[in-house]
Amino acid sequence: MKIFSEIGSYLILLKNVFHLPENPRLYRKKVLFELRVLSLDSLPIIAVISIFVGAAIVIQLAANLSNPIYPRWITGFSSREGIMLEFAPTMINLVLAGKIGSHIASEIGTMRITEQIDALDVMGVNSASYLILPKIIACVLFSPVVIVVSIFLALTGGWLAGTLTGVISSYDFIDGLQLDYTNKSLIISLVKGLVYSFIISSIPAYRGYTVKGGALEVGRSSTKAVVESCITLIVANLIITNLLL
Amino acid sequence: MIEIKKLYKSFGDKTVLNNINAVFETGKTNLTIGRSGSGKTVLMKTMVGLETINSGQILFDGKDMVSMSKKERHLLRESIGMVFQNGALFDSMNVADNVRFPLRMFTNMTAGEMDKRVDFCLDRVNLGNVHTFTTSELSGGMRKRVAIARAIVTNPKYLFCDEPNSGLDPQTSILIDNLIKEITEEYNITTVVNTHDMNSVMGIGEHIIFIHQGNLWWEGTRNEITNTTNQELNDFMFNNELTKLLKASVLEKTVK
Ligand SMILES: Nc1ncnc2c1ncn2[C@@H]1O[C@H](COP(=O)(O)OP(=O)(O)OP(=O)(O)O)[C@@H](O)[C@H]1O
Ligand SMILES: [Mg+2]
Repeated sequence: MKIFSEIGSYLILLKNVFHLPENPRLYRKKVLFELRVLSLDSLPIIAVISIFVGAAIVIQLAANLSNPIYPRWITGFSSREGIMLEFAPTMINLVLAGKIGSHIASEIGTMRITEQIDALDVMGVNSASYLILPKIIACVLFSPVVIVVSIFLALTGGWLAGTLTGVISSYDFIDGLQLDYTNKSLIISLVKGLVYSFIISSIPAYRGYTVKGGALEVGRSSTKAVVESCITLIVANLIITNLLL
Repeated sequence: MIEIKKLYKSFGDKTVLNNINAVFETGKTNLTIGRSGSGKTVLMKTMVGLETINSGQILFDGKDMVSMSKKERHLLRESIGMVFQNGALFDSMNVADNVRFPLRMFTNMTAGEMDKRVDFCLDRVNLGNVHTFTTSELSGGMRKRVAIARAIVTNPKYLFCDEPNSGLDPQTSILIDNLIKEITEEYNITTVVNTHDMNSVMGIGEHIIFIHQGNLWWEGTRNEITNTTNQELNDFMFNNELTKLLKASVLEKTVK
C-alpha cells in the first residue's frame, strides 16, 4: 500500500516541477550550471568505464566465439549490438544513478533539512520547479551525448584490446561492426537513454525533496534514492526492450 | 495587519497550538514569547503557510491565507520576508548572492541597481565587507544578519523573525533589535518576532503575546509585563536574580 502512496506523491511532485518558471532567465542559467556539475563532470568516469568494459566484452566474445564454425564477423557484430542496446544506455546509466543520483538526493535533502527550501517557499518561489527542473533538463539533454560517447569509446576500446591482444583481426572486427547496420539500434539506445536519465534524476530529487529529519536521514534517503533508481531503471529496461525489439 | 482567529494545530495527536487568537498591527514590532518548545516557531510557520493548520483563519490585511489559491499565495509571499531560526542561507551562494536572490527572482532591476540595493541592506545590518564570503565562513551572528538583510531586501510588507538574536552577544542583540524596530517603523511593516530574550522584550516589545504550552496565555505591552500577576509569565520573565531586581526596582518606581 505504501508504495502506491509514494508513487502518488512522486507524481504530485512532478506536477509541481513541470510548471512555468517565475523567471526563465534564472532557470536557463541554472540549467547551464547543472549541465556542468551533473553532466560534464560525469564524462571522465563514463569514458573510463566505456573503454575498459568495451575491451573486456570484445576479448570475452572473441574467446567464446573462436570456434571456426562461427562466421568471423560474429564478434564485431555481437559487440556492436550488445554495446549499443544494453551497455551504453543501461549500464552507463546505472553507474550514473550512483553518481548523479546520490549527488541530487543529498544536495536537495540538505537544503530541505536546513530550511533552505522553506526559505524559497516563503519568498514565493516554486521550490520544486526551481530546484528540480533544471537538474532533470540537464540530465535529459545530456543523455544523447552520454550514449554516443559511450558507444564510440566502448567500441574503440574493444577494437584496441582485440587487435592488440591478437584475439581478432582489425578487418574482421570492423567487418562485423558494419554488417547489416541500420539506425534502429542507435535509436533504441537513445530512447532508453532519455527515459533512464529522467528516472535517475527525478527519483533522487523526489527522495531529497521529501526528506524529514537530520543529516542521518539525508544519507539514508540518498542511498534509498540510488537503489530505487536502479531498480526502476532495470524494470524500465525490460519493458522498453520488449516493446521496441 | 495580520489577524489570527481560532487557530488549531497538531502533529498527530499532539496539540501544539490550541485556539490562538491574536492581532499583529502594522508599523509595530509584535513579539511572540514563550519557553522553548511552547510553539513559537510552529505558530510562525503556520502564519507563512509552511505548516498546514487543523482549523482557523490567518488574515493578511483581511485576506485569509489558508483559503487562498496557490497563485494568490505566491503573490502574497512576495511581500513576506522571513528570518529563520538558523538563518537558512543558501549555501550554494556567497553572501551578496544570497541577499540578491529575491531581487533576481522577482524584480526587473539592472545589475547595478541590484548591487546598490544589496550594499544598502548589508550596510544596514552592519556587514559592509563580507560580500564575497561563503556562508560557511560566517559566524552565527553574521549568518543571522545576512538572513535579515535577505529578508528586507525586497521591502516586504510583512516581516517574520524567528529568534533573530538568539546566540548573539548582548550588544549585537540590541543592534539587531533596534534595526528591526527601525525598519518596521520606517517602512510601516507588520513585524512579528519570536524571542525569549528579556532584553528584546523590554527593548522593543510594543505588543507582546505570551504562548504557554500552545495556549495564548497573556497579551500586553512591555510596560504591562512588569506589573503582571500572571504566574507563568512571571516565572518565565523574572527567573533570575538580575531580572527579579529589575522588576523590584520598576515596581518601586511606580509605587513612588
Ligand atoms: N514537524 C514536527 N512534528 C512533530 N512535532 C513538532 C514538529 N515541529 C515542532 N513540533 C513540536 O511542537 C512543539 C513546539 O515547537 P516549536 O519549534 O514551535 O517551539 P519553539 O517555541 O519555537 O521553541 P524554541 O524556543 O526552542 O525554538 C514542540 O513540542 C515540538 O516538539
Ligand atoms: Mg523556535
